[in-house]
Amino acid sequence: MKIRLDQLTMKFDETTAVNNLSTTINDGELVSLLGPSGCGKSTTLMLLSGLYKPTSGQIYFGNQDVTKWDAEKRGIGMVFQNYALYPHLSVLKNIMFPLKMQKVPKKEAMERAKEMADLVQIGHLLDRKPGQLSGGQQQRVAIARALVKKPNVLLLDEPLSNLDARLRLEMREEIRRIQQEVGITAVFVTHDQEEALSISDRVMLMKDGIIQQDSMPQWMYKHPENEFVASFLGNPPINLLTIVKKANGYQIGNSDQLLNVPAFTLPKEDNLDVIHIGVRPEDFFVTTNGNQTFTGKIIHIETIGRDTLIRMEIGDTTIRALVDPQHDLQVGDTCRLGVSDTNIHYFNVESGQRLHPVERSMENARETNMEEHA
Amino acid sequence: MLEKPTWKSTLRGFLYLSPALLILITFNIYPIIRSFLMSFYTDYDYFNDVVHAFGLDNFITIFQDPSFLTALKNTGVFVIGVVPISIALSLGIAVLLNNKLKLAGFFRTIYFLPFVTSVVAVAIVWSWIFHSDYGLFNYLLSWFGIDPIAWLNDPKYAMPSLIILSIWKGLGFNIIIFLAGLQSIGKQYYLAAKVDGASAWSRFTNITLPLLSPTIFFVSIISIINGFKVFDEVFALFNGRPGPANSALTVVYYIYQKFYEEWQFGLASTAAFVLFIIIFIFTIIQLIIGRRFVHYN
Repeated sequence: MKIRLDQLTMKFDETTAVNNLSTTINDGELVSLLGPSGCGKSTTLMLLSGLYKPTSGQIYFGNQDVTKWDAEKRGIGMVFQNYALYPHLSVLKNIMFPLKMQKVPKKEAMERAKEMADLVQIGHLLDRKPGQLSGGQQQRVAIARALVKKPNVLLLDEPLSNLDARLRLEMREEIRRIQQEVGITAVFVTHDQEEALSISDRVMLMKDGIIQQDSMPQWMYKHPENEFVASFLGNPPINLLTIVKKANGYQIGNSDQLLNVPAFTLPKEDNLDVIHIGVRPEDFFVTTNGNQTFTGKIIHIETIGRDTLIRMEIGDTTIRALVDPQHDLQVGDTCRLGVSDTNIHYFNVESGQRLHPVERSMENARETNMEEHA
Repeated sequence: MLEKPTWKSTLRGFLYLSPALLILITFNIYPIIRSFLMSFYTDYDYFNDVVHAFGLDNFITIFQDPSFLTALKNTGVFVIGVVPISIALSLGIAVLLNNKLKLAGFFRTIYFLPFVTSVVAVAIVWSWIFHSDYGLFNYLLSWFGIDPIAWLNDPKYAMPSLIILSIWKGLGFNIIIFLAGLQSIGKQYYLAAKVDGASAWSRFTNITLPLLSPTIFFVSIISIINGFKVFDEVFALFNGRPGPANSALTVVYYIYQKFYEEWQFGLASTAAFVLFIIIFIFTIIQLIIGRRFVHYN
């Protein structure tokens, strides 16, 4: 079912948890609400579930305005962070509970519950109590219970945060598999960027109750709309540098190196004397051909698995770069790093908004991206 | 404890236990054993503490005593009248108090007051409330056109008066226990149940009751035991009499009469022993039922 949020606002006393949020979630889509804690992502989910009622704004399921409907009436399935399985009921009874509430005949309810248990692969655990299950198994029961009544929407509130790292990887693939098999519209709340980027059709990155960027995962990573998005995504984090306009280019940090900056499509009044640039560590490459963008002294080398992470000093700023371990680099060496033009992100110093180079305006860029995805 | 118990460690353990143990043995265990033995004294010279004959005559005597049978019947009526209503009522009030309610603390105090007030004071107040000419209760009933009832002097109404007083008296304790139980139920189950489409009543029957079952079980055992032991309320409400025409005579009151008024120590002990057996049987039945219905985490 298609979900539309229209100027949704939620205030708790003095704090505004969700601020004038509008978006549309398409039928069958898995959308992640991503953001740091306190950004309003969980509140948004609670508003969708009907457990909270918004201060203002509307929620539509399909064409139906459900803003004032209670959670009991909305026909949603929800997986809670701590699963909230009923401790006194067996796995089978837990899964049957929503059907019991709908007064589905017991025999049919049992069949549907067993079917769902098989889908989430816990068919052999039906007689156990939740207390006798592992975290991953509880998670599966919670998903089965959420899906058994064939809800319009599946809401997942940080469902993986109570699992250990390996299981988390497995369960997120499971959630994606089940979601696609059932073809349900799903909203997934998480603070873990990797989770959000890996399983969603679309990611909404939130901060202070406002959506910072709403796009496909790769697009968000490659084309952050503002400095917050750029710095929130990516590990190791993106390098953010300040460059200052000089007579023949932009000066990087306090060094003697200059950077050529393209012209931007922007309102005339914007000041471009100082701008921020962002370069992801993995977008650097070591070069000796003279096409380097940055030159500096290596102050630290770390090898993590397949990658080599170097820290390099340029003037008074330090950058992190992931480089090919084939290069024989030593601490103290002078290193030349190149970056392709498209991998440099420019941001307005005051607003933090992305600056779009003229020759590669936003529309063009988006089309290119669509082709890449197609 | 990883160490195995040795004689030395056991002895040391008993040393630590001894102060409490000494008091318990002197004032609880020893009297229990003595009164158990005393129930078999059929011919007892209590001036010289000499027993001339042992036997089961006491048991035969009390079961042929119509007063004892009345006492048994009355106690049964009392337990059946007080326990279910008291539990249902206090559970309902606890659920209300557990919701976000203005002045919840104030109401909690109001309900807890009867528990901390002396039974005698409470009974005196209630004997005025039940007064046939000036009582509040009859005044209240007069609004509905009901003629004055001689609550405390009519054998038909003595037991109902006692039951009403005892229910009211027991509310506070039960409510506090239920509130503690309710607060230990995680909120997430209610949220999950709401999402699962459960109405307020379904949430109560499917979440609150089963998760509160250990508390309900505890309260019901305590209430039944207390119900069988009722004495003070009778004594105070009816001015040291077991109600008009023995209509509020309970087993403990019967024991009191035999012991302190008639000096029939053997009979009193026998009655006490019979009461013990009754309470014991009820508790075992409850344990068996409890094992089946009570959910422990």
